[in-house]
Amino acid sequence: MHGRVKVKSSAQQEEEKKKEREQKLKLFVAARDTVFRKRSAGEHDEEALQLTQQLLHSNPDFASLWNYRREILLHLETERDEANVQKLYESELFFIEACLKVNPKSYGCWHHRCWVNTRLPKPDWTRELGLCDRCLSLDERNFHCWDYRRSVVKESGVSVEQELQFTDRLIGSNFSNYSSWHYRSTLLPQVRQQPGSDTAATAGCTPQSHRVCEEQLLKEYELAHNAFFTDPNDQSAWFYYRWLLGRAEREEMISCVYVCREGERVAVAFSKPLHAPSAGLLLVLDGKPQKVNWRCIHPRLHHSPVWLCDLPAGSICDISNEHNLTIHWMEKNTHRDCALYTGCAESWCRDSATDQELFRSELSVEKGSVLQAELESCNQLLELEPQNKWCLLTIILLMRALDPLGHEKETLAHFQTLKDVDPMRSSYYSDLCSKFLVENTVLKMEYAEDLSSVCHLDQLLLVTHINLSNNQLVRLPAQFAMLQCLEVRWMTHLFTTANYLEIFLLLNT
Amino acid sequence: MAAEDLPSQFDVVILGTGLTESVIAAACSRVGQSVLHLDRRNYYAGNWASFTFNGLLSWIKEYKNQQEAQITESEEEWRRLIDEGEDAMLLNSVDSSISNIEVFSYASEEDEKEEDLKPPEPHHTVKTLSEETRADSTETPDLVTSDVSTDSELKSHNKEEEGAEPEKEQRPSEDSIEEQQPVTKQEEPPVEVQKITYQKLLKEGRRFNIDLVSKLMYSRGALVDLLIKSNVSRYAEFKNIGRILTCRNGKVEQVPCSRADVFASKQLTVVEKRMLMKFLTFCLDFEQHPEEFQDYSTKLFSEFLKSKKLTEPLQDFVLHSIAMVTQQTLTEEGLKATQHFLRCLGRYGNTPFLFPLYGLGEIPQCFCRMCAVFGGIYCLRHSIQCLVVDKESNRVKAVIDSRGQRISCSHFVVEDSYIRDEQRQNTAARRVSRAVLITDRSVLPSETDQQISLVTIPPVDSSSPSVRMIELCSSSMTCMPGTFLVHLTSSSCGTAQEDLTPIVSQLFHVPAISGEEPSEGSEETSKPAVLWIMYFNMTDTSALDSSSYFLPSNVHVCTGPDASLGSDYSIQLAESVFRDLLPEEDFCPPAPNPEDIIYDGDAPQAEGSGFDQNNEEDKSLSEEESHSPSISAPAEEDTGSQEPPLDTNPTSEE
Repeated sequence: MHGRVKVKSSAQQEEEKKKEREQKLKLFVAARDTVFRKRSAGEHDEEALQLTQQLLHSNPDFASLWNYRREILLHLETERDEANVQKLYESELFFIEACLKVNPKSYGCWHHRCWVNTRLPKPDWTRELGLCDRCLSLDERNFHCWDYRRSVVKESGVSVEQELQFTDRLIGSNFSNYSSWHYRSTLLPQVRQQPGSDTAATAGCTPQSHRVCEEQLLKEYELAHNAFFTDPNDQSAWFYYRWLLGRAEREEMISCVYVCREGERVAVAFSKPLHAPSAGLLLVLDGKPQKVNWRCIHPRLHHSPVWLCDLPAGSICDISNEHNLTIHWMEKNTHRDCALYTGCAESWCRDSATDQELFRSELSVEKGSVLQAELESCNQLLELEPQNKWCLLTIILLMRALDPLGHEKETLAHFQTLKDVDPMRSSYYSDLCSKFLVENTVLKMEYAEDLSSVCHLDQLLLVTHINLSNNQLVRLPAQFAMLQCLEVRWMTHLFTTANYLEIFLLLNT
Repeated sequence: MAAEDLPSQFDVVILGTGLTESVIAAACSRVGQSVLHLDRRNYYAGNWASFTFNGLLSWIKEYKNQQEAQITESEEEWRRLIDEGEDAMLLNSVDSSISNIEVFSYASEEDEKEEDLKPPEPHHTVKTLSEETRADSTETPDLVTSDVSTDSELKSHNKEEEGAEPEKEQRPSEDSIEEQQPVTKQEEPPVEVQKITYQKLLKEGRRFNIDLVSKLMYSRGALVDLLIKSNVSRYAEFKNIGRILTCRNGKVEQVPCSRADVFASKQLTVVEKRMLMKFLTFCLDFEQHPEEFQDYSTKLFSEFLKSKKLTEPLQDFVLHSIAMVTQQTLTEEGLKATQHFLRCLGRYGNTPFLFPLYGLGEIPQCFCRMCAVFGGIYCLRHSIQCLVVDKESNRVKAVIDSRGQRISCSHFVVEDSYIRDEQRQNTAARRVSRAVLITDRSVLPSETDQQISLVTIPPVDSSSPSVRMIELCSSSMTCMPGTFLVHLTSSSCGTAQEDLTPIVSQLFHVPAISGEEPSEGSEETSKPAVLWIMYFNMTDTSALDSSSYFLPSNVHVCTGPDASLGSDYSIQLAESVFRDLLPEEDFCPPAPNPEDIIYDGDAPQAEGSGFDQNNEEDKSLSEEESHSPSISAPAEEDTGSQEPPLDTNPTSEE
C-alpha cells in the first residue's frame, strides 16, 4: 500500500545484529590477547589501563583483568604524588561505577571498589554511601551492595543512629525486604553502647547481655506490629518479631551428674550439646583428678548434651565406701559435685525440674508485662485473621514464655488449627507440640501422650521407666540413648498400638 | 507561503490538535493515510495546551480580545468554489469553550518604593502587556538590590534557588519565631528575602508549563497503554505522583493507599491497617467473591463500606480518594473504581499515577510528532471555513480552508468547539470549574518537597461536587524552583470563582493586599501563600455523541477534555473514531525504531507516497508557522533535560 513506511524485516535485523556481534567479538579477542601479552611482558602503562578499561566495560566479570589493573595501578602509584594518586583512583571509581551499570552484581567490580578505597589517600565515604543508596534503590536485595555498604559504614564510622534511620527508610519503602530487617537486628544491640546514653543504662541494658534497651524495644515491637497488621502473610516482620521477643541465652552449665557403681560409670548432662573430649572437662574423684575417656552416648553423634565415661576399674565398686565426684567444666568455669554414699548403688545430682527457667529460654528475656502486652496484640490480630499461621505460631511461643501450663489447652487448640491451615508443615507442628508436651510433662511430673517425637531426652537422664505406647512415633532418635537409667524391661510397650515405629536403634545401655 | 502550496487532496483532514484529534492523526498517518492536521490557534493541543507564565498571560489577553472582536465573514471568496449539487456547511470561527476568566495577583511588587506610591489593587484582573514590559525593564536592578542587601540574606536566597528544603525556614511556627529571634542577628526575618515577587514570576516565566486541563495518567490506563503500544512514549518523560492527600475536617493528610503507605501511616491504628488492607485486597479480585457484595448490588457503595466495618476515616479514604466516586455511586461501580486504582499501583511507583514532565500539553504534541514522522502535514493558525457537502450522498467531499483553498478529503475529523450551534441538537453542555494557583510552598510540607501530590477534597455536602487538586513541584518542569503550581478542578455549579474560592481560602493564605504577610501566630502562617491565581470555566462536551449533531456521515466530532482524572475517555473516543474511519486497520501499531526504517533514496517513489513531498511541506510550513511537533523548546534549554533528539524526520537521516 502506498505511503507506508518500509521497515527492515526481522531476518534482516537478525543478520545485522549477528554481524555486529561477530565484529564485537573479534575486537574483544584481539584486545584481550594484547592485554595478556602486555601482562606477561610486565608492562604497567597507561595503554594497558586503557585496554583493560575497554574490555572490562563490556565484561566486568573478567577477574584476571581486574587483577592486572591492580598491578598497573600499584605501579603508577609509585610514579605520582599524592594529589595525582587521588586523581588516579577517583577516576578508577568512576570507571567502576560505569561497570556496575553493566552488571550491578559483579563480584570483580565490588571487590575492586573495596580495594580502591583502601588505596585512596582521601576516600569520599559520603559519595560511596550515595552510590549504595542508588544501587539499592534499583535492587534492594543486591547482597553485593549490602556487603559493600557494610564495609563502607565500618570504615567511615557512620553512627548507629544514622544506620537505623537508613533501615527505617528501606523498611518504609518495602517491609518485605528481610535484608533491611536483618541489618536492623545487627544494629540494635549496638545502640546502648553509644557513649553517654544514660537512658540505656537506666533501662538496665548491661553490656554483657545481647539485649536491646526497653525503650527501643517497644518502638521495635510497634514497627513489627505495623508490618504484620498491614500484611500478616509477610514473613520478614514475623521473623524479626520472633528475634525481638527471644534473645535469651541459657546459662551454660552442667545440668546433671549421674554415677553408678555397677560398671563404674559416670554420665554427665550439659545445658547444650558439646564435644566433651575438646571441652576441657576434668573429673576429680575423692580429690584426685582422673584421666578418663569421654564417650558419646551414640557413635553417630559428634556433639551431644550427654557424655559417658568409665572410671578406673575398682575405683568405686566397693559399696561400703563413700566417694565424692566433681566434674569441672574448665571452659565455662563451672562445676558440679556428686556424692556417692555408703550402701548406695548409684547417685545423682541435678537441679529441680520445676525450675522456671528450664524450658523457657526461647522467649523469656522480657518482663512478663511486656510479653503479656505482645500476646494481647497478637490475639487482636488473630481475631481478624483466625487462619494466619504466623500469628498462631507466635501466640503459641508467647504463651509458652508466659505460662506454659496455664495456656496448655489453648496452645494445643492453636496447634490443631495450625495443622489444618498449613498441612504442608503439619509434621513440623506435631514435633514442636510434642516438644512442648514433654516440657509440660517434666514440669508437671505427669505423663504425655500422642507425641510424634521425643524431645529433651537430656532432661530424662535419670528416668528409669518409660511407656511409649499411644504415641505417633515413627522412629526413635539416636539421642534416645541419653536415657542412661532406663530399665530395659519397661520398653515393652514400645511396639504396641498407635505407634508407627519402623526402626529401632539398639541402645548401648 | 502561498495557499497553493498545500496539496489539494488528503485522505483525512483533522481540525483541532487536542488529545483525541492528535491520536487520530497519528493513528491514520501511521497506517499510511495522508493527513492534514490544522488548528486555528497558534499553539498545539487546543484546550489541552500548556503555557509558560508569560504565554498564559498573552493567552488570557487574546481570549478577552477574541470575545470582543467581531468576525466579518467574507462569503464571496469561497462561494465560487462550491459547485452544483453541493452544499456549504459553515464552521464556528470563535471558540466559546472557555469562559469566566478571572486573574488575581498577590505576589508583591519588587520595587518597594513604587509599591508605596501605587495603591494596592487586590482585584485588578488580567495584567496588561504594558505592565509586563515595565516589569521586564526594571527587574534587573531590583534583583540586584534585593540580593546583595546582606550576606545572610544572600545565603538563604541561594538556598532557595537550589530548591534545597526552603520549607522549614519559610514556615516558622509560632514558637520557633519567638525562640529564634534573639538568636538570629538579622534585623529582618528571613521570610522577607525568600518572597517571590511578580517580577520574578515574569522573569522565570519560561519555567512554567501551565496546563489548561489538569489530569493524571493512570499507570494502567488507556493513555499509558497506548503510549507504550505505539512507541510514542519515547517522545516524553514522566514523573511519578508521590502521594495522595485528602482534606478531612479542614486538615490536609496523606491517604494510605499502597502497602508501604499503610505500613508507614501514623494516623491509623494497627487494627485499621488490617481492616483497610483486607478490604483493598478483597477489591483487587472482588469478582471472585460475589458473596461479599451481592447483597449490596443495588445499594450504595458508601453503605457497603459501612457494612465492611471500616472506621469513618477509612470509609472516607476509600470513597473519596481511592475509588474517587460520590456518595451516590452504587456498590459495583465503586468496587470497579477501587480495583482500577489498585491495579495501577506499583507499576511505576507507590501511587497509581504518572505525570508527563513539562505538562500534560506534551502528550497531544507527542502524537502530532508521530503523525508528522509518518508524513502528516501540520499547519497552525490555519482553519477551515466551511465543509463542502455532496447533497446526494450527504457526505463531505472537500473543505475550504481559511485561505480559501478547496481541499478534497474522504474524512473530516473536527474538535467540538468548531461546530456551530445550528448543527447541534441541544446546546446545553456541562462545564468544568478550574483554578490555577502559583503558591510558595506545599499544602503538606515533607522531607522530600519535590513530589507531585494529588489532593482529593470531599464535597462539603452531598449536593456539591468534590474538588480535585493537583499540586505540581518544580521538578515536574511545570513551575519555577521555590514555587508550586496548583490545579483545582471540579464540575461547575456557578462560575469557577464561585465554585472554588471557598477551597482556595480554606487551604491557602490569600493576602488581602499584594505581598502581604499573614500576621504572626495566626492560622494563616501555616498555609501556603497564593502568589497568583486564575479562575476559568471550560465546557465539558464529553457527554455528547454522534446523535447530538446534525452532520454529514463522514464528519467525526471529537469532544473536548472531560472532567475525570484520567484520559481514558479521550483515548477510547479516538480509537472508536479511527475504527469508523478505517475499520480494517490496526490502531497505532508499534512504530519502528528509526534505525530500522529503510530509505531507498535511489528507488523512484510512487507519486504522493514518500516522505519527500510531505516533509518538504512540513519543513516549509514550519518555517513560516514556527512550529514543529516537538517537545517545547524553552523548557529544554532551561533544564538541559534528556529529551530524545527532536528531529526524527527521516529526511534528515538520509
